[in-house]
Amino acid sequence: MAADVQRKSAPPPATGEPFAFRTALIAVALLFFAVFLVMPLAVVFVEAFRGGFAGYVKAIGNPDTLAAIGLTLLVAAISVPANMIFGICAAWAIAKFEFKGKSFIITLIDLPFSVSPVIAGLVYVLLFGAKGYFGPVVDEWGIEIVFAVPGIVLATIFVTFPFVARELIPLMQEQGTGDEEAALSLGATGLKTFMFVTFPNVRWALLYGVLLCNARAMGEFGAVAVVSGKIRGLTNTMPLQVEILYNEYAFTAAFAVASLLALLALVTLAVKTVLEWRYGDQIAGSNSH
Amino acid sequence: MADETVLRWKRPSVIPGFGVTFGFSMAYLSLIVLIPLAALLIRSASLGWHDYWKLAFDPRTLAALRISFGASFIAAIVNCIFGLILAWVLVRYRFPGRRLIDSMIDLPFALPTAVAGIALSTLYAPKGWIGSLFAPLGIKIAYTPSGIVIALIFIGLPFVVRTVQPVLADLDREFEEAAATLGANRWQTITRVVLPPLIPAILTGFALALARAIGEYGSVIFIAGNIPFVSEIAPLLIVIRLEEFNYSAATAIASVMLVISFAMLLAINLIQVWSRRRFGYGG
Repeated sequence: MAADVQRKSAPPPATGEPFAFRTALIAVALLFFAVFLVMPLAVVFVEAFRGGFAGYVKAIGNPDTLAAIGLTLLVAAISVPANMIFGICAAWAIAKFEFKGKSFIITLIDLPFSVSPVIAGLVYVLLFGAKGYFGPVVDEWGIEIVFAVPGIVLATIFVTFPFVARELIPLMQEQGTGDEEAALSLGATGLKTFMFVTFPNVRWALLYGVLLCNARAMGEFGAVAVVSGKIRGLTNTMPLQVEILYNEYAFTAAFAVASLLALLALVTLAVKTVLEWRYGDQIAGSNSH
Repeated sequence: MADETVLRWKRPSVIPGFGVTFGFSMAYLSLIVLIPLAALLIRSASLGWHDYWKLAFDPRTLAALRISFGASFIAAIVNCIFGLILAWVLVRYRFPGRRLIDSMIDLPFALPTAVAGIALSTLYAPKGWIGSLFAPLGIKIAYTPSGIVIALIFIGLPFVVRTVQPVLADLDREFEEAAATLGANRWQTITRVVLPPLIPAILTGFALALARAIGEYGSVIFIAGNIPFVSEIAPLLIVIRLEEFNYSAATAIASVMLVISFAMLLAINLIQVWSRRRFGYGG
């Protein structure tokens, strides 16, 4: 942001590039942007409305698709708050206290980002599948995890695990413990200190993390595909429904469901951009993804 | 007793809640991430060397790993070049639509991979908007290894831009002015003054894009064609083995990929340590 202000005036010629070079570079960037980002997005909406608005509504209104939308919302409604609570707890423990092995724990928290989504699904099949370590046990208890909703939730929690924590930890580390110590010395309880001192300092970063977490939770495909079993109307999330429709050559319907997910992505980006513009200084590492 | 051992590795603090929050987050971390990953490693260790070797390095698996790696590497290189250009243009130049482009760069992070997959394969299919431009030349993109590279370029695009952008924005322009007054031409200034401090950021972006691309599944399978030995990626082979209920083979391939991801993670951390020492920022 500071750098932005600095360069409001045109740079001196000695440190700028010739006009032709500038124009060419901007043209290359715009072309790359158009081909790799705009066209994939445009094609989703064009294909979705190939059958007109009526066809679009009909595709979305299909009972299996509606069930998929419901399941996606349910999975996000469980996994996002779970990771939010974890993120807050982990950030409190890591940022407000000094102890050994901290950076190792931070690395472990980030681990799910470097694991293939397919492996994220596979590990739960190995644990809870019919031939898995706890498979017979959960079977005896009559709980279905793999090829059922709990497995989908677990896999989603795994792939979205770091989102909230990694937004909060650097910010809360930067903010230090002075405010909290002041509140405590004035007689506030721990919970009150968090609610009225810490939380207001981190709320935009928290929202930012939750936003990204939610986008990924609703859009996750690989991990969920492995554990879901893809039972129509029961264990199909929206991305899986997109795949099934597409593989059945129901392209317009596939793109109609896809367009809802693309819309979610656009809303996420819009809110993210607004948060970065308005509260950039209160969101640590907003550019570090 | 317990308190004394806690005190040794943790500095005392007046702030409450360490026990609860630390305990909860470690338990959650273990249950969701560590134990499941450990189960995978234990399962692959229990296969025994001979079986493991046969499963993890059978020709089809090796071919899939080679395709995953090769395509990811090419895509990450392309992302480095265009990511650098995009970051440069976004930081240094002013033009209409710059802010919109800046916020759209993260689209590949926000767009579900399945959506990206069907969109890209429709675009690059022989009858698609882009594929139809190449079809008369006899070039097929969708359903070939080139399609894999296209999908991986898409999903890796934001990494280099987002690692280079903040470093470039923080770069002090006085160094460039100094270089110019000392008689360097613009090209010399860019290659010898501007680019060197960007190298750790570019490398980090490259490693992140590569790591993401190797594990990518959703956006690739629609456009790849998925022909064994030609356009079948390693994550897909894991899914295929699982669907055959061949858990051992799936586990073996997954453990190889997991080791690769850990190595990548280590490499990224090393780049950042080196960068902090050499250039004063964390890559």
